[in-house]
Amino acid sequence: MQENKRKESKATQIVLITISVLFITLMLVIPLISVINNSLSEGVSFYFKSLQTEYVLSALKITLLATVIAAVVNSFFGIMAAWLITKFSFKGKQLLATLIDIPFSISPVIAGLAFIMTFGRLGWGSNYIDKINEFFGTNIQIVFAIPGVILATVFVTFPFVSREIIPVLNAQGKEEEEAAALMGASGFMIFRKITFPHIKWAFLYGIILCTSRALGEFGAVNALSKTRGETFTLPLEIDALYLSGSNDSITSAFAVSSILVFIAIAVIIVRNIVEFKAKKKLEHIES
Amino acid sequence: MYVELKNIEKSYGNYKASDHINIGIGKGKLVALLGPSGSGKTTILRMIAGLETPNAGDIIIDGKRVNDIAPAERGIGFVFQNYALFRYMTVYENLAFGLKIKKLPKKQIKERVIELIELTGLKGLEKRYPNQLSGGQRQRVAFARALAPNPSLLLLDEPFAAIDAKVRAELRSWLREMIHKVGITSIFVTHDQDEAVEVADEIIITNKGQIEQIAAPIEIYKNPKTPFVAEFIGQSSKIDDYHKLRGFEKGDYKGAIIRPEFVESFKSDNVKFKDVINYSEDGVIEDIYFRGNCLEVKLNVGGIILTTKRSLERRPIQIGERMHVIVYRLYAYDNERAYLLENKDLKGKELVTF
Amino acid sequence: MKGHKIKKYIRKDRVIPGFDLTMGISLLMLSFIILLPLVSVLVFSFKLTPTEFFRLVTKENILNAFRTSILCSVIASFINCFFGMILAWVLVRYDFFGKRLLDGLIELPFALPTAVAGITLSKLYSDTGMLGKPLTILGLKVSYTKLGLTIALIFIGIPFVVRAIQPVLENLDSQYEEAAYILGASKAKTFFKVILPELRPALLTGFGLAFARGIGEYGSVIYISGNSAKEQTQVVSYIIMQKLNYVDYASATAIALVMLIISFFILLFINILQICQSRRTNHV
Repeated sequence: MQENKRKESKATQIVLITISVLFITLMLVIPLISVINNSLSEGVSFYFKSLQTEYVLSALKITLLATVIAAVVNSFFGIMAAWLITKFSFKGKQLLATLIDIPFSISPVIAGLAFIMTFGRLGWGSNYIDKINEFFGTNIQIVFAIPGVILATVFVTFPFVSREIIPVLNAQGKEEEEAAALMGASGFMIFRKITFPHIKWAFLYGIILCTSRALGEFGAVNALSKTRGETFTLPLEIDALYLSGSNDSITSAFAVSSILVFIAIAVIIVRNIVEFKAKKKLEHIES
Repeated sequence: MYVELKNIEKSYGNYKASDHINIGIGKGKLVALLGPSGSGKTTILRMIAGLETPNAGDIIIDGKRVNDIAPAERGIGFVFQNYALFRYMTVYENLAFGLKIKKLPKKQIKERVIELIELTGLKGLEKRYPNQLSGGQRQRVAFARALAPNPSLLLLDEPFAAIDAKVRAELRSWLREMIHKVGITSIFVTHDQDEAVEVADEIIITNKGQIEQIAAPIEIYKNPKTPFVAEFIGQSSKIDDYHKLRGFEKGDYKGAIIRPEFVESFKSDNVKFKDVINYSEDGVIEDIYFRGNCLEVKLNVGGIILTTKRSLERRPIQIGERMHVIVYRLYAYDNERAYLLENKDLKGKELVTF
Repeated sequence: MKGHKIKKYIRKDRVIPGFDLTMGISLLMLSFIILLPLVSVLVFSFKLTPTEFFRLVTKENILNAFRTSILCSVIASFINCFFGMILAWVLVRYDFFGKRLLDGLIELPFALPTAVAGITLSKLYSDTGMLGKPLTILGLKVSYTKLGLTIALIFIGIPFVVRAIQPVLENLDSQYEEAAYILGASKAKTFFKVILPELRPALLTGFGLAFARGIGEYGSVIYISGNSAKEQTQVVSYIIMQKLNYVDYASATAIALVMLIISFFILLFINILQICQSRRTNHV
């Protein structure tokens, strides 16, 4: 490792490091500071007041609900898919892995559109929803309602957990699981005793990533949510505040944003801790 | 026979991993599956364990056909090539795992684990994790873990491959001793003939998905049945026009295989060989390699290059020197089989060998 | 130790339990959450006749949006490749104070909600903003122009490039470099002839990922871009959203289909690259 760092001349080093630091400062740090700066431009009491409006609290509730459900659903899926992809071989495995990654590569707006085309008035799914509502006497709405917001959130965060676990399991191989299976251990027992201890950090990190993305999802939710104070999530509330144009509301938008910024920073710190732990463990095993 | 494979066929796509395999292994025997990479030996082991299913044929353990019996129900202990120790469990927990699954009472598990730890000399390491053990210790844990549920058959996949050369020799004799002490029927896979010869009671030689020969190590060494075995075992060189060598005639053979120990070379004034000097022929030393405990000498005998070993205790030789050369015996082969041919000139003569 | 062929098939016999269960659940969830909604888009867009489809997607403002999205994404991705290369190099090769912080900050655009990034950049570069004000004095307008759009895309694209290059650079065998060095190649020559070719697949992957994200980007660009049809600062995602708001589902799905096809090809391109890369490294 050390030898890898054959030293370029000191001047080159300084120039390159300076470019990097300037770029990061200009592109990332200044925006970050300006969020905090803007959010406090009308004082601390205004800051806290803007976090406590009815709209913001309702948006917070919806956001948390969607996020928790997305995290649970995608954790469950992530573990199932990772087990399937890393422990077995079957035809079409590569295709399956690619399909799981779809939400990474398409615009979130299209995700929103997809749900409208499925469950909206024109979608084939709306008939079934109507029938269910008729049968049970309920009034479930998907599009432009909370279920749609949840579905969109699940969609955009779908691959997060599986994508963190799969590389770890691939690196571990499957001999340990085979050995346990030869001894007659059940699938659940193998998972609990052998696989899970191995993936718990990656799993945790996957959940964190999933959570942070779910909290911040905008495009997909924007397409499916139209009622402020009822189906709006925090990013939508920020959007509404910002676009209403008055100085006060713009400052409020930044105040709400600052909460999400703090979460983002926390995620990055956790990521670093997890990575550090994983590296240490690797060195430990290799030594 | 304790373990029997009858007409086993197994292919992966177009690749035939097992082609009409028939094996019988006696109770209590320690058997090696020996062959080059890709010869199908690991497949055989994995099929016996139930990690793979044959396309056709029967696998019989203790008189019972086990093809459709789940791997865990076959009463098998399996030692993986890289041991597959559970890295998030201590040595103790590793050994206890299989017993816990069988829902044995706690006290009984403890007794059995302690017994195994003592048997395998792992005392004091119970609380360690696999990554805190040396290669040799890991192998012991893997061995003990496989034995824990009292299997009637032990399968080992390249048990020495993950260990460095120095410790390997020591572990070989340890494993052999251990298996005989426990008295369990065992099959291990290896591509290293020294390993097979040293450890096994019986060797099964595989090649291209087929069985070439099943016999005791000494038998395999002395009487290779097929051209493949003759060439694979020992340090062999192939010679086409062997009939040009003195004392051998051309038969219906395709060629011959000669091992260094079949060739003797000596200087003309060596009195020890004066009885046979008349049956020798001339050879010129082409090359000499120092092999640590002996010299390896390449001799050119009428255009045929023969290899022989020479003790370091004997008189020094040099490249270009003329020597007398005698070939005692060789393995001639046709397409199917290998045949031992003795030097006919030397029949009835008493031979001096070093 | 055996040939690839055997390894590939060895897994056919499944000793580890749970294949049916995990396969069933994975396929079920994948189908309901991802595939069915996307298929609905396809089905709906196939209801359009080809002429209708073409008429819808070749309207001037839509073509302009595609042009803007693709052009700005390409420019942003190129800029990101350049700075991403320097950043990755600095982070892998040098030790300096604050390196870990810099490394962590790279991740920010991944973790920050796009809408937050959008309003922040928009405010920052507006005429009265911290950076916008001095730039306006210099006669450079950023907010509500393609330049602003490109800056937003640089912001969200940078981690893709850095994270694609970093691991490859870390694993690059220093022997190549040393060999070139011993043979007398200059440092610049060593970089362009020895290191850069090794990094090319990773660089292209990073470019592809940043580009894919860029053309579909919504939250971070809509505030800064101004979304003016006249100024050609509308992006494709914005157009789709606009059509949705006007309940013009035919146009929305038609445009979405084109986007899906573009995404598919980028994904295919990246997959092929990665296969090539792993093949190359395996054969060394």
